[in-house]
Amino acid sequence: MKSIYENEMKLEFISKSNNEAFARISVAAFAAQLDPTIEELADIKTAVSEAVTNAIIHGYEDKEGIVKLVCKIIGNSIIIEISDTGNGIENVEMAKRPLYTSKPNLERSGMGFTIMENFMDEMNVESIVGLGTKITMKKVIKKEEVEEETITEVLNQINGMN
Amino acid sequence: MNSKYIPEDKLLILEITEEIDHHQAEKIRRKADDEITRFMPRKVVLDFNNVTFMDSAGIGMVLGRYKIINMLGGSLEMENVGLPLRKIFDMSGVTKICPIRNQKIEKGS
Repeated sequence: MKSIYENEMKLEFISKSNNEAFARISVAAFAAQLDPTIEELADIKTAVSEAVTNAIIHGYEDKEGIVKLVCKIIGNSIIIEISDTGNGIENVEMAKRPLYTSKPNLERSGMGFTIMENFMDEMNVESIVGLGTKITMKKVIKKEEVEEETITEVLNQINGMN
Repeated sequence: MNSKYIPEDKLLILEITEEIDHHQAEKIRRKADDEITRFMPRKVVLDFNNVTFMDSAGIGMVLGRYKIINMLGGSLEMENVGLPLRKIFDMSGVTKICPIRNQKIEKGS
């Protein structure tokens, strides 16, 4: 079956905190084909790091589980899904509130969802207590319009030379 | 993380060299607290010049050190904070209590 997406990748890894770097670097490498700016790439890496960290420390807590990561490319957008089959979130609205954390003893700042919302263009949370959580995020990589102008200019110059 | 203590100024400079996420924050925190309790500085400067990545774990890490240093009667400042890090610190309001004493000069700007 042909996918409606132009490209797609899936990753699964154990909920170990040293996989946080692995996850964000993998997504950044996949997103590179959209030719993002350094800032856009940093935004994506940060948002992925937040979602994966949440899955590991809140979804699975000290238990071991599998974190799933799916990335899709459609047009100039990247869609990232990060899911776990852990605890689930009782009150999503409260969890999304800036500075709210259920684990203040771990020096968590409660800014995870705020960062995901601000750094990505869309963010959606689906969660069922006891079944798990799925975060879907989308980022549109802006195409530089200057490029086309430059090409036209170069073509004009070449034409002028003839 | 590298540290440098200047006794005449009672100044401790902690140069962070790791990517700051939840995984690394634990190590940074432990080492920073060891150095702070060892020297009891009047001022601590966190140097972010060699930090290539930071997520919200960085906010918790800075606030946690601020609490400890504040309790000991000292102050905390940050330096060489690059643009992506700055975005995260500003969003959380950390810069209101831990000022940035000099910005990182971005390459190409």
